[in-house]
Amino acid sequence: MNISLTINGEKITRDIATNLLLADFLRDNLRLTGTHVGCDTTQCGCCIIHLNNKAVKSCTMLAVQADGAQITTIEGLAGANGALHPVQEAFREHHGLQCGFCTPGMVMMGADIVRRLPGADEATIRHQLEGNICRCTGYQGIVEAIMDASSQAKGI
Amino acid sequence: MGQYGIGQPVRRKEDVRLLTGKGRYTDDIHFDGQLWAAFFRSPHAHAKIKSIDSAAALSVAGVRHVFTGEDMRKGGMKPLVADINFTDRKGNKMYKPVRHILPSDRACYVGEPLVMVLADSAEAARAGAELIEIDFETLPNITSTAKAAEPDAYVLHPEHGSNIAVHWENSAPDEVDALIAQAPHKVKIHLVNNRLIVAPMEPRCAVATYDAKEDVITLYSPTQGVRPAQAGFAGLLGIDKKKLRVISLDVGGGFGIRSKRYPETAAVAWAAKHINQPVKWRGDRSETFVSDHHGRDQVNDAVMGLDKNGRVIALRLETIVNVGAYSGDNGPRLPIDGGGRIIPCGYDIEKFYFSVKPVYTNTVPTDTYRGAGRPEANYIMERLMDAAAEECGLTRDEIRRRNLIPLSKMPYRTQMNFVYDSGDFIGTMDKTLELADWKGFASRRKETEKRGKLRGIGLASFVEQAGGRPTEEMRVKFDENGKATVFSGTFSHGQGHETVYAQMVNDYLGVPFDQIDFVQGDTDTTPPGGVGTFGSRSSMMGGVAIKRSCGQIIMKGKKIAAHLLQADPAAVTFENGLFRVGVSSISIQDVARAASDPAKLPEGVTPGLDESNLFEREPDLNNFPNGCHICEVEVDPELGTIEIVKYTALDDCGVVLNPLIVHGQVYGGVAQGIGQALTEDAIYDAESGQLLAGSFMDYGMPRAHHLSMIEAHFTDDQPCKTNDLGVKGAGEAGACGAPPAFVSAVCDALTPYGVKHIDMPLTPERVWTAIQQAKAHKAA
Amino acid sequence: MQPFNYHRPTELADVVKILANSEDPKLLAGGMTLLPTLKQRLAAPSDLIDLSRIPNLQGICEDKNEIIIGAMTCHADVAASDMVRAFCPALADLAGQIGDPAVRHRGTIGGSVANADPAADYPAAVLGLNATIETNQRRIKNDDFFTGLFETALEPGEIITALRFPRPKRAQYQKFRHPASGYAVVGVMVAQFDAKARMAITGAGPNAFRPHAFEEALTGSFTAKAIEGLTLDPDELLSDMHASAAYRAHVALVLAKRAIGLIS
Repeated sequence: MNISLTINGEKITRDIATNLLLADFLRDNLRLTGTHVGCDTTQCGCCIIHLNNKAVKSCTMLAVQADGAQITTIEGLAGANGALHPVQEAFREHHGLQCGFCTPGMVMMGADIVRRLPGADEATIRHQLEGNICRCTGYQGIVEAIMDASSQAKGI
Repeated sequence: MGQYGIGQPVRRKEDVRLLTGKGRYTDDIHFDGQLWAAFFRSPHAHAKIKSIDSAAALSVAGVRHVFTGEDMRKGGMKPLVADINFTDRKGNKMYKPVRHILPSDRACYVGEPLVMVLADSAEAARAGAELIEIDFETLPNITSTAKAAEPDAYVLHPEHGSNIAVHWENSAPDEVDALIAQAPHKVKIHLVNNRLIVAPMEPRCAVATYDAKEDVITLYSPTQGVRPAQAGFAGLLGIDKKKLRVISLDVGGGFGIRSKRYPETAAVAWAAKHINQPVKWRGDRSETFVSDHHGRDQVNDAVMGLDKNGRVIALRLETIVNVGAYSGDNGPRLPIDGGGRIIPCGYDIEKFYFSVKPVYTNTVPTDTYRGAGRPEANYIMERLMDAAAEECGLTRDEIRRRNLIPLSKMPYRTQMNFVYDSGDFIGTMDKTLELADWKGFASRRKETEKRGKLRGIGLASFVEQAGGRPTEEMRVKFDENGKATVFSGTFSHGQGHETVYAQMVNDYLGVPFDQIDFVQGDTDTTPPGGVGTFGSRSSMMGGVAIKRSCGQIIMKGKKIAAHLLQADPAAVTFENGLFRVGVSSISIQDVARAASDPAKLPEGVTPGLDESNLFEREPDLNNFPNGCHICEVEVDPELGTIEIVKYTALDDCGVVLNPLIVHGQVYGGVAQGIGQALTEDAIYDAESGQLLAGSFMDYGMPRAHHLSMIEAHFTDDQPCKTNDLGVKGAGEAGACGAPPAFVSAVCDALTPYGVKHIDMPLTPERVWTAIQQAKAHKAA
Repeated sequence: MQPFNYHRPTELADVVKILANSEDPKLLAGGMTLLPTLKQRLAAPSDLIDLSRIPNLQGICEDKNEIIIGAMTCHADVAASDMVRAFCPALADLAGQIGDPAVRHRGTIGGSVANADPAADYPAAVLGLNATIETNQRRIKNDDFFTGLFETALEPGEIITALRFPRPKRAQYQKFRHPASGYAVVGVMVAQFDAKARMAITGAGPNAFRPHAFEEALTGSFTAKAIEGLTLDPDELLSDMHASAAYRAHVALVLAKRAIGLIS
């Protein structure tokens, strides 16, 4: 089936199998390998992208369902000039990553949290991360980073 | 020490790449013409294989090959025999079953890979694997750790006649038993140390290519060090290790289970050569649950005798460790001469009997997992001390104060023959009590009780040992433009070595931080003596080798600088990147440039500024990170749910090279410890032998909301005395401190009910049940 | 995932036609349960019919004393809806506790209700809040809808189009969350309407159910004290590695009392 969508600002048209997952389409067909797959039960959140500006798990969506959509992946989150997104910057500042595997999904989720809940407190952010698993950091730097970016977004 | 020097919280060089999706992991590689592998795995815990029929699988469109283990054996694949040897007190050797890569005669655990299918797509390979037909004759099974050691247990490997691989003892028990029998105070505990799924976030993966002309297999796979993987897999493949190149790109976490000789990885490498075509296998998370090694899984029985002052007289400890269906390279070692050799940890105990029975069961093999025996050992000692405090009528801190090894006894030789070089165990505990406001707990408890909840506080004083294998090699090389590159024998998979080693080179050689490159994870470039990253060893081994390499660079640089400045080498000094003689100076970059030009070198000096150091320490000169962790919890007595409300850690990691990164190690270790204690449990069904917690839907990985902020501190007065840097390991301490501190806190919260102990994980139902049982007991 | 024919009709009538003419069709709403099932090759439908482009299946509106939520409305939209929050805060709270934020951006109320997972949250709202399930063919009363484990009263060719919730005087949802899956080990909805009180429990039984003795007691007096002494029979509840039936029965009681306590 033929699909057309916009990924990181670029219009893309491809003829793909209907049973292709969006995560596999991004990774295998488009070689946008920043989006990771860490589980097969929609739990870990490594594959989170923004679909029409909302965080979704790309492992639990068919690529054909994204026909016509606007998608941002981790590769497209930073500004065109290469400036890191405030959430990316905060992850670096607060040591919010170690091995880096969950990081793209965490950052995309973090950006979504900051958009929806500027000024969110620690408890809210911890619950908002229910669908993202990290095995390295104990979440400390991640939560600190999102809190920081979230308070910046609110101008605190 | 500048902004990027040793001891600074330098932000990581790795991060921009990883934060922008430019990390490169094994699954990101594709080769044209690659075939995808899928494995048919045993659906049974234990079954005889009567026949294997591949015809239906081969009829699937896109399926190209089906290989059994028999095919692989004919093609040179060797069986896997663990590199471990123990004997019992009578001299009987440990029994090690032969493990075939894809066995064709018998399946010994659910998920054991039995047949490999190769196809044009991952989808076709999976479809083919589903159609493999095996005629199984199911056999009885045994999965329980405790039951496997019983005399009438079903025996998994009948040729041995028992599931117990070896009954190892440190001594005869008689003296200890006699002392305990006469002791005025006795405590007895029975602990289950729950089996865990390690689950680094990147599922295991392997890609292999074959160069027929050079007869070299290149294997891409996430490891914790390419050299051990190269040696291990070359051995299995029956080839010279020069004929196997191993490359690890970015690796999504390790925690001890990477670098192991996994059957799927060996099969992928074998197949690439056999069919002379690239082969790729991407493990699903559900597959990794039943194929990556598991962690922990011990049952411990301990009896301790104390005198009337609460001083330990003698300790008797019996451990059963479930090593799974076969012995991995470490499973049986962990309690004996792996991490568990730290027992009895920080306590000054003279009379100690220790028995270990590794048992074989129809489960995934267990192996090293963060701490690898040390968390288990510290958990035993800390639960014993809590029990002893109650028995002797002392507070939990006082019983420890009376039994911890005092600073005055350092250096201290332990019962298991380690020598602790440094560590102020009592002082560290006392400081932690202050940091956590232990004294103020009573008022916090009252405040909690007003809200209808219970509050508890618990502490754990722990010691662990870091170092692993006693050699490591690092190389520091300047190119002709004066840029430095670290070629690392250790392997960073989240630990930030690119940053920390650059801090060191910046500090020692004055090279700007951003002018230092980092290369790791390729047997073509990794120093030959490289080992890898596990056992909290990278700074104490790799770090020392870097420091010594830099020292060699300075030595050679002085000769070249002297030649260029026309001075006596002995008169040349080096500081902040400059070689100086009197008022003249030359930068190390200029020396490096000159070094590439033989014409500019003094006689007898070889071109290049490129030094390697193979650091070898005395095998038993590990170092001994230690610390005290205090956890505070609130328990909802109606539901049994637990919330961590305060966590304070004081860690003695010796000299801290980058506090940002070391804090990260503490947080991560604590989270894994809390995970073990609160949510994680790899449960097997006793009847079917199926792994019940087989995915992230059932297995409780700790999430952000299960944890609280951790307040972490470091001691600054106990540098390690046995290495050049004064560093101690930092990676595994959290996993040692958190489980006992947490369990102690919950039991403290349940004091009103008289609950003494609950086995991990402390699920709401277990807590609730313990409360109900205690209430019923009181009523009766 | 096995291959299938993918359809993305823009008319409900076309959905009915494709359903009728396909060998083993499945409706695709948010896909939060269906796609993992397909990925694990546990199902292999011949045809997938994506409902996302059918007009009028999305959105929330009020009609007299009912709130009507289109079947394809995602959980995040229900949770964030000011209209829902003003009408029945418990419903918004429940939607905001399903799965995780990314799942809530895709999962839909119609998909969840049609799937009838014994541990899903929405069934507690459907029963506890006395909802009506509107399909392309009829309106189904909530008590007639859930017929068993993953089973409903939906006929072949029948498609949920909306959920209609009457306005309760007050309601509250309490959830005991599974630490790994995020589903309800037990979820309890209590609600007070003019004439009577309702209570529904999800997660604990083969499907969500109303404990009638509790409802009668609460109709008499909408207080935690009113249900003191009442119990659930563990023999009728689920028992698994995560929670025994006895524990589930206990948790349901605690949650019910807490829910009532929070609003009375």
